Amino acid sequence: MQAFILRNVLQRLLLVFIVSVLAHSVIHLAPGEPSEVDPANPRMKPEDIAKIREAFHLDDPLYMQYAYWIRDLVSGELKSFKDSQPVMGKIWRRFLNSLPLFICATLLVWTLAFPTGIQAAIHRGAVYDRSTTFAAYTLISVPGFFLSYIVILWVVDLFGVPVIGLKTFGMELAPPFSQAMDRIWHLVIPSLMSALGGMAILSRYVRSQMLEVVGQDYVRTARAKGATEDVVIYRHALRNALLPFVTMFGFLLPGLIGGSVIFEQIFAWPGLGRLGYEAILARDFPVILTLNFIAAVLTLAGTLLSDILYAVVDPRIRTGLQGDG
Amino acid sequence: MGEDEGEGGHNEGVVENVSDVTRNPTHSGEELPPLETPWQESFRLFRKDRLAVAGAYVLVLLLLTAVFGKVLTEWVVVFDPEVVRLPEKFLPPLTFSSPDEVPAHDRPFGGIYLLGTDELGRDVFARMLQGSFVSLSIGFIAVGISLAIGIVLGGLSGFYGNVKLGVVTVDTLIMRFTDVMLCFPTFFLILTVVALLPPSIYNIMIVIGMTSWMGTARFVRAEFLALRKQDFVVAATSIGARDRRVIFSHMVPNAMAPVLVSATIGVATAILTESALSFLGFGVQPPYATWGNILADGKGFIFDAPWLFFIPGMAILVVVLAFNLVGEGLREALNPKLRKR
Repeated sequence: MQAFILRNVLQRLLLVFIVSVLAHSVIHLAPGEPSEVDPANPRMKPEDIAKIREAFHLDDPLYMQYAYWIRDLVSGELKSFKDSQPVMGKIWRRFLNSLPLFICATLLVWTLAFPTGIQAAIHRGAVYDRSTTFAAYTLISVPGFFLSYIVILWVVDLFGVPVIGLKTFGMELAPPFSQAMDRIWHLVIPSLMSALGGMAILSRYVRSQMLEVVGQDYVRTARAKGATEDVVIYRHALRNALLPFVTMFGFLLPGLIGGSVIFEQIFAWPGLGRLGYEAILARDFPVILTLNFIAAVLTLAGTLLSDILYAVVDPRIRTGLQGDG
Repeated sequence: MGEDEGEGGHNEGVVENVSDVTRNPTHSGEELPPLETPWQESFRLFRKDRLAVAGAYVLVLLLLTAVFGKVLTEWVVVFDPEVVRLPEKFLPPLTFSSPDEVPAHDRPFGGIYLLGTDELGRDVFARMLQGSFVSLSIGFIAVGISLAIGIVLGGLSGFYGNVKLGVVTVDTLIMRFTDVMLCFPTFFLILTVVALLPPSIYNIMIVIGMTSWMGTARFVRAEFLALRKQDFVVAATSIGARDRRVIFSHMVPNAMAPVLVSATIGVATAILTESALSFLGFGVQPPYATWGNILADGKGFIFDAPWLFFIPGMAILVVVLAFNLVGEGLREALNPKLRKR
């Protein structure tokens, strides 16, 4: 088991290196160099261009530029072009804002998708199955911001739910309890809207996974020995159907950055996705570069975690590993 | 969806009967032809899925719309999407254009705005027609690029995977590269690159294509690895067929089913990605109209002119839904494993 983890970690470290090289090259692969990116923009003054040239050490060879970037990143000296703040600090503050939204949305996705998917699989072909299938496809197919705007129009008048920002302006003097409630109240609609798409996709996976398992011999055996339907479904079938979802944890983490751009933009939520969008608008290369790199590292960490979890959860893989040595 | 269990079981019975008959010594003289080819069988299964069939009809309609849209807005200009008629802005759908306000050569076809007008008095119907071709071609070209990269890399990895290049095998090299690409958050990467490149519709197609080939590469490789051990491929190799022939006439046709499914769903994803890019202001720039940027422009007039928002939004929803339903229908119809249950 230790050997397995060690091998995986080493492989991932190699990948992190390749990812950092690739992330760094993305901005150099584009035609022209970063300093010339927006020559028509009247706000690009000569000092801005000089700043970019210096920050990227554009007069040095490419591998030196890369080395400088890594050095600044590790030592925390990498500065944003926009306000000369340290990049890591900016990202960390935005990360703390994104985290509650991400946790709420993830909880919603996982708690609602499983019952829906399981019920659909049990009643395959029935009205419930067909209507949830259709609803799921509709949610997958609708542009996220289109649906959000419709929901905003509808809920704000009806329930008075706030849909802008993460707290009410001027609440700083209110008692802590009111402040906390205000924060939670602000989370409702953004987390629900960013959860809907994931919920639809996950419930489809759960359904097909359950269908796969329900046809297996051990489920028939459980039925044959007289277990009640609930025991058959929830103890024998569901446990085995859950296995592949362990791997999906790995793909959750990068959603912190990439998946949230649209929704944080709609709801004026000052999180990581919006930081990325603002950085792109402002051509703030250190922030863009670092965000892409961090997202990739998060993905790698996630897949590592899911590989280890998988080995822990699934005895077949564990024994396979011991067999290897 | 899921209405084929009974049929599938019945069909399996028939196949077993056929093999029984062929094995039966009394019938050994005559070979029974198969009841239907695999493609016929898939088509029959596909037709049983009513949602997918409905989706297919929508797609046929969409293709016709896109072709007619291209013809009628650019070659034979019946509906001109670019005429600005400031006296007639924000007219709701099905309003007649008044002859006093607009000169005769600027009037819409038939004198009626089928889907209303926008903030510059442009005919929304004409813009949607033009946009259908642009949106669809973004989807198709992006998916074409992604399939080309995915099939070539996946095929190389699956067929020539064992070839050594120095210390690493081709397979390691390609699949690790795929892993690295999978690490990046796709939408944020697309956004980054699109923002860096000069704004152009072709760049958007290329970038979407180049960031979405990883899934295709992975399952083409898996298919190839499985197919290489199949008897018909071994037989073809053993009678001295060249690699090119083995790959293109024996393996590729058998690996096409999952590619077709992912291509269908890929077009849907590309159309959605374009609309999301438009929402953030990095989508296709004027003068091209796409459904995505009509929708993104319309969101500013959601109270004054809701049709500018709801018409393109519903159009995208219906079309993407159709692509997804057809893709899922194909997946069920083409997958022999799902079929038997």
